[in-house]
Amino acid sequence: MSQSDTSTLKTADGISLKLSLQRSLRRKKRNALLLVAPLFLFILITFIIPIAYMLVRSVDNQIFAEILPTTAPLLAKWDPLSGNTPDEEVFKAFITDGKVAAQAKTINRLGKRLNYEKSGISSLFRKTGRNLRKLEPEKLTTSYKEALIKIDKKWGQVDTWEILHRESGKYTKSYFLSAVDMKYDANGMQWKDDDSRIYLNLFKRTLWLSFLITFLTVLLGYPIAYLLATLKTSTSNLLIILVLLPFWTSLLVRTSSWIALLQKEGVINDFLFAIGLITDEGRLAMIHNQTGTVIAMTHILLPFMILPLFSVMKTINPSYVRAARSMGATSFTAFRRVYFPNTIAGIGAGGILVFILSIGYYITPALVGGTQGTLISNFIAYHISGSLNWGLAAALGTILLLLVVALYILYDKIVGIDNMKLG
Amino acid sequence: MPENKEDYLVRFENVQKSYDGEILVVKDLNLNMAKGEFLTMLGPSGSGKTTCLMMLAGFEPATHGEIFLDNIPINRVPPHKRGIGMVFQSYALFPHMTIGENLAFPLEVRKMGKSEREEKVKNALDMVQLGSFADRRPAQLSGGQQQRVAVARSLVFDPDVVLMDEPLGALDKNLREQMQYEIKHIHERLGVTVLYVTHDQSEALTMSDRVAVFDAGVIQQLAPPNILYEEPENAFVADFIGDNNCLHGIVTSETENGCVVKTEDGSEIKANKINIAGVGKPSTLSIRPERVIVNPEPGQVPNVFEAKAAELIYLGDHIRTRMEVCGNDNFYVKIPNSSHHADLNKGDTVKIGWNEYDCRALDATNN
Repeated sequence: MSQSDTSTLKTADGISLKLSLQRSLRRKKRNALLLVAPLFLFILITFIIPIAYMLVRSVDNQIFAEILPTTAPLLAKWDPLSGNTPDEEVFKAFITDGKVAAQAKTINRLGKRLNYEKSGISSLFRKTGRNLRKLEPEKLTTSYKEALIKIDKKWGQVDTWEILHRESGKYTKSYFLSAVDMKYDANGMQWKDDDSRIYLNLFKRTLWLSFLITFLTVLLGYPIAYLLATLKTSTSNLLIILVLLPFWTSLLVRTSSWIALLQKEGVINDFLFAIGLITDEGRLAMIHNQTGTVIAMTHILLPFMILPLFSVMKTINPSYVRAARSMGATSFTAFRRVYFPNTIAGIGAGGILVFILSIGYYITPALVGGTQGTLISNFIAYHISGSLNWGLAAALGTILLLLVVALYILYDKIVGIDNMKLG
Repeated sequence: MPENKEDYLVRFENVQKSYDGEILVVKDLNLNMAKGEFLTMLGPSGSGKTTCLMMLAGFEPATHGEIFLDNIPINRVPPHKRGIGMVFQSYALFPHMTIGENLAFPLEVRKMGKSEREEKVKNALDMVQLGSFADRRPAQLSGGQQQRVAVARSLVFDPDVVLMDEPLGALDKNLREQMQYEIKHIHERLGVTVLYVTHDQSEALTMSDRVAVFDAGVIQQLAPPNILYEEPENAFVADFIGDNNCLHGIVTSETENGCVVKTEDGSEIKANKINIAGVGKPSTLSIRPERVIVNPEPGQVPNVFEAKAAELIYLGDHIRTRMEVCGNDNFYVKIPNSSHHADLNKGDTVKIGWNEYDCRALDATNN
C-alpha cells in the first residue's frame, strides 16, 4: 500500500488524516480566539469604530436631506450658473419643509451647519424659522418665492441659494476645504486670504516641531542609551528608572515645575541673570511659546527614544567595536562605520514612535505652548469641544492620520520597516 | 628560541592586572614570544589568559609592568595603532557589511587604493576557500564559514601578530578539529605570529609550538606540547593536561633523582623526583594511565601493587578501567584492546605496576 497519496491517508480508526488533524486543532484555535476576543472587542469599540466614524464625519452632510427632505432633490436640479434664483417649486418645497422643521425646531441646526460656509446664514435661518412657524402656506396670497423674500430679502439672492445648492448633497468637501485653508467663491475653490489662513501653517508648524523634537530626542537619548547599554545591569536598571521618572510624575507637577524653571522670573532666567549672561530686560521667554512646547515635549518623549535605542544597543556585541579598533580604525571611525549603522534600527523605531506621538500631542502644548506653541491637535480639540464643528475636527484629524500614514510609507521606503526594532 | 630578549617579537615584563584593586587577575606575568611562533595560553576560565590577550590588544590597560611589541613599549599605544589582528569567539563580523566589505574594512581605514584592496580581499578569501562568498552577508554563512572569514579578516592587513580568543569555541566538535588544522596550516604558510587562547587542551596540544598553562593568574608551565604532557612540572599541569592519576602521600626518603612517597594506606612508591619540598613534606604523585602496566613480569618495574577493578568502560580502541590501588579508588588504567589484552572483569584483583621514571613526584595539592 502506498502512503504517498495524502488524500487517502487514514488514521488508525479509518478517518481521513486531514480531517482528524483539523479536529484536533479546532479546540486550539477556538481557545486562541477566545483569548484574543476581549481585546479585539475593546479595540473595535474604542478604536476602530471611532476612527471610522471620524472618517465618515469629515464628509458627512446628511443633515440637509434630513431637515429639508423634499427641497434637496429639487434644488439639486437647479443650475446656479443660470444667474436666476431657483424655480417656484423649490421655494414651495423649502417653505413646506422649513415649516415642518421650524415646528420640530431642527431648522436652526441646519442654519448652524450652513453658517460654516458663510457667516450670517445661521441668523437668516433663525429668522426664517420664526416666521415660517407662523406662516400658513394655504392662505398665501403671493407666490411662495415672494413670501420667502418677504421674510428676508437674502432669499432673493442667487448667492444664498448657491450655498444651499452646494451643500444639499449627502456628502460635502467643504470641511476638507476649510481644513486646508480653502473656500468656495464665485469662481469655485479658492485659497483663503493670507490673513485668514490658519490650518496649513498649523500643519507646517506641527510637522516642523515634531521633526525638531524627534531630532532632539535622538541627540539627547543616544548617549544615554549607550551608557545604559554598556553599564552593568544593576546600575543600568537604576538609570532606567530615572529615565522613566517623567512618566510617573503627575502632569500638573511636571507642568508647574516647567513653569517654575522656564518662566521669566524662573530658576533658569534668575541664574543666567545672576551670573550676568543676560540683563533684566533680556530675560529669555522659554514658556508659553514654541520653545516651551519643544522643551516640555522633548522631555516627555525622551523615554520613547531611549528605550528602543537601549534595547537595540544591548544586542550589539561589544566585540564589533573592538574588532574594528584592532583592524586599525580610530574610535570615531569604529563608531561611525560599525557601531552607528547597527543602531539605525533603534533610531528608526524610536524616531517613528516619538514623531507619531508628537504629531498628535495635545496636552503639553495646550499647557505650556501659549498661542505660538499650539499644535494641530489643539485646534482639533477646540473644534470638538469649543466650536462644536465636528466635521472640521474630523477633517483635520483625517488629514493628520493620512500624514502619519504617508510618513510611515516613506519611512518604509527609505529605511525599511523590517529594520525597526522596538525591543 | 632567540637568545637575547630583544629578539623576541612580544614581551610581557612583570605585567600585573587588577580590575577592582583587590584581586590580581594576572600576577607578575613574564612571557616572551618569538617571531613566527604559535603560542597558546591554556587554562580554566578565570585564569587570566583572556585578560593577557586584551592587554596585548590594547583593550585593557596593564595595572603594572610593560608590554613590548618589537621592542617598543605599547602600554600607551591605542589599539588601532598596534597593528595586531584579532579573531573573536563570536567572530565579530560586521552584520551590516558583506563579507567582501568586512575584509576590506581594515584596508580602507589604512587608506589603501581600491585595486590593491580588492586583490588583497580576493587573496584572503581564497586562502580560506571562500572566494565566491564576497557578496554575501555574514548571517548567510554557517558558523564554520564565518569563522574562516574572521580568520581571513584578521590576516588581510598583514599584521605582525594575530590574537585568537577561543575562536573555535562556538563550533561543533568535527568542525572544530577541521578548523584547528586549517588555522595551523595558515600559520605555517604565512609564518605569522599567533597568540591563541583556549580552555580546550587538545586544541592547544594540536596547534601550538609552545603552550603556556595558566592558573590563578600565573603561568604554571610554558613548554612545547610534548614536554607539557610528558614532563609536567607541577600537579596542576599534570592534572590539567591529559588523563592523569594522582596519589597523595608524604616523602619518606630522597635520593639524587628519585624519592619514596608513602601513601596513607602505607604503600611506599618509588617516584621520579621533580618538584618536592623535602623529606617529611607532602607530595602528589602523577602517573599517566597509559604508563601503568597490568600484570607486569616479575622484576620488570619497581612499583607493583594489588589493584581491584572497580569499573570497566569499553571505548573501542581501549578499555578504560577504574581501579582501587594504594588507597585511591579513582585510579584509571588504559588497557589497549589488543588481541592478547588482560581479560578483566569487575571485582577482579590484579597486579599493576609502573616505572619509577613515569611516576612524577610533584608539589602537594589539596585534592
